[in-house]
Amino acid sequence: MRFFIVLLLLLAPASGHCLSSAFESSVFDPGHLTPRDSVLKVKVGDPVPDFMLPAISGGQVGPSQFRGKKNLVISFIPAAWTPVCSDQWPGYNIARPLFDAHDAVLFGISVDSRATLYSWTRAMKDLWFPVLSDFWPHGQVAQSFGVLRSDGMAERAIIIVDKRGIIRFLHVSDINVRPELGMIIQALDAITP
Amino acid sequence: MKWIIPVVLLVMVLPAMAMDPVQTGEKLLGVSLETPESRETQAYLGLSAKPAFTMDDIDADVVIVEIFSMYCPHCQREAPMINQFHDLLLTRKTSKPSIKLMGIGAGNSSFEVDYFRKTYKVAFPLFADGDFVVHKALGEVRTPYFIALSREPDRSWKVVLSRPGGIESPEAFLSTILELARGGK
Repeated sequence: MRFFIVLLLLLAPASGHCLSSAFESSVFDPGHLTPRDSVLKVKVGDPVPDFMLPAISGGQVGPSQFRGKKNLVISFIPAAWTPVCSDQWPGYNIARPLFDAHDAVLFGISVDSRATLYSWTRAMKDLWFPVLSDFWPHGQVAQSFGVLRSDGMAERAIIIVDKRGIIRFLHVSDINVRPELGMIIQALDAITP
Repeated sequence: MKWIIPVVLLVMVLPAMAMDPVQTGEKLLGVSLETPESRETQAYLGLSAKPAFTMDDIDADVVIVEIFSMYCPHCQREAPMINQFHDLLLTRKTSKPSIKLMGIGAGNSSFEVDYFRKTYKVAFPLFADGDFVVHKALGEVRTPYFIALSREPDRSWKVVLSRPGGIESPEAFLSTILELARGGK
């Protein structure tokens, strides 16, 4: 018998993750990681670091291609085939209407190789946004933002860049916690006329 | 906020430790959730307008809980079939046993649960469990996960189904639930 006591108090927020059955036994659980392990090199108001990265769909993709045309949301995730990450981008996949409503494109970036990212994202079905590999030189783009951890993974970070190429929002999460979608949309609200 | 309810009044498990997924045959007592603002939701669950409710307050013989997530690809794909299942419950020719369906968004905020609801046109109540409290209490199951609770003669709730994954079809799932709720009779 499982007992619960009713509490009329708010408990302190708990961290955790909830893995979809979609990934079955393929996901590696690294355990609880140090929440943050990097120092930002950029701040709100800075120009976004220029970069071009290989996309799993082919070709090179970077922020300059969308300058003057789209707002940009950059989602750094630590690694493919890990619990929180595997349950992050699939949510953004169905949230495309929200990004479109804010004239925004999304980049998903990790330090994994293109081959690894291809395999991983296939398990999510088709993603509408570019998935970019910051594999070589290893984590160079993450490093340029200051979100490369000492173990070589990227932080879990959301960076929003306006059409002029200026960083307008920065959020580096506890690596063990997925950033909330409402926060991202609220930040886009703030830069969309 | 129609049909979206944050889990605010929380539950504590004794002992407070990680557990295996809730098992068939177990009894659940005293789970408490914030009463939804929506009168429609209150009516669906048979609730009065007090600040919080427990499972005991739900007017049903069977409650089916889907643990889902906005971020779960399987939950996304399954959503239309779960909606069909809900429609099937609403259009049953017999009202006994009465069966209610609800969803708990594990690790999802109210915003995220509401977005899922709107995207997939979900008509049954969804609760946000942003801090994973209910999810942890139920054994940190993968999503989607279904738990069916049947009311016992002593008014407690007994778990009659606890399983991961989706459903085969609305009709098959309903048949399974009815058989389990009747104890195979």
